[in-house]
Amino acid sequence: MSQWKNFAKGFVKENPVFVLLLGLCPALGVTSTAINGMAMGLATLFVLLMSNMVVSLIKNFIPEKVRIPSFIVVIATFVTVVDLVMAGYAPAVHEQLGLFIPLIVVNCIVLGRAEAFASRKSFMSSMIDGLGMGLGFTFALTLLGAVREILGSLSIFGFKFMEGDGILVFILPPGAFIALGYLIAIMNKFKKA
Amino acid sequence: MAKKESTFINMVATLFIVTLVASTALAYVYELTKEPIEAAKLAKKLQAIDAVVPEYDNQPVADMYKVGLSDGLDSLEFYPAIKGGEVIGTAVRSFTNTGYNGLVVLMVGILPDGTISDIQVVEHKETPGLGTKMESPKFKDQFMDIDPSQVVLKVKKDGGDIDAITAATISSRAFSEATQLAVDTYKKGGNK
Repeated sequence: MSQWKNFAKGFVKENPVFVLLLGLCPALGVTSTAINGMAMGLATLFVLLMSNMVVSLIKNFIPEKVRIPSFIVVIATFVTVVDLVMAGYAPAVHEQLGLFIPLIVVNCIVLGRAEAFASRKSFMSSMIDGLGMGLGFTFALTLLGAVREILGSLSIFGFKFMEGDGILVFILPPGAFIALGYLIAIMNKFKKA
Repeated sequence: MAKKESTFINMVATLFIVTLVASTALAYVYELTKEPIEAAKLAKKLQAIDAVVPEYDNQPVADMYKVGLSDGLDSLEFYPAIKGGEVIGTAVRSFTNTGYNGLVVLMVGILPDGTISDIQVVEHKETPGLGTKMESPKFKDQFMDIDPSQVVLKVKKDGGDIDAITAATISSRAFSEATQLAVDTYKKGGNK
């Protein structure tokens, strides 16, 4: 597989949210606005990229039986770094995302990529995979957040384009499921065509 | 290079090294971000104070004093705004645990004559799109520029004068309660 394909697969063919349906807890929990979705996506992108790189570097030093705990420690370290840095330099965003930042540790895409990809492939491939998957995740969360924000609060990236209240349900958790369902349906239609 | 074998010594050594490196790195980042995090917290507090009291020339955070609540267990933080030696307003950090998702923290600005100048929501976990509307002027303005002794700070459902936010009565109630607490505590001993 060429590196370009390796990179691009995260967007459409193997998009973590729309196709693999991984990492849905943050995807549904924080995407009430496009900005929240994007911030969450970028935080996950950083963790995914760093943990993929580190895991592919240390994979030969880790005995088979303790690989999962070792990977989790690596991932948790980067998540805590993101948490601390965000609290210090982007407090407003940090407050919005709150509990969901520490929860990146248990996001299945991060451990999933470490276990299924980075622990078997070269450093370069793992880095590109992390970048592609992370951007795909960011793209999916931003799109989901934008759809929910447009329908639910009649605004986009915080700019109100219409007076009024919008369709409330899209801001609430059930709206996240509905919006995600329709987005997956649209994605599938395009993939088949 | 071949994978390391899963012998007991190998596993213990690997996990030990991995956790050691991770904790060292984290300790370093923690030290690095400690100051910005505190600065951000302070800036947020100052921002809330600035928004609710008139312009001042002292340092409200340094002049902060606490006034105990009637239950004797907890206390509210009072941030006086002083200009030219005179108190021109007080920002009261009030809170309640009766929000839809627990804690709601408000910064209530009270002028020397007892009227509320402005209210800022400092911390909350209310439902986005419903409870968060308590920050909107439409709801908040009901509390502002009024004499709290003339108005009952309760939602209409509870026999008060405040119009609750549609579909967010609990959040409205919590907001009113925290404001009332600030006003009561201010009367009791805050206006020194």
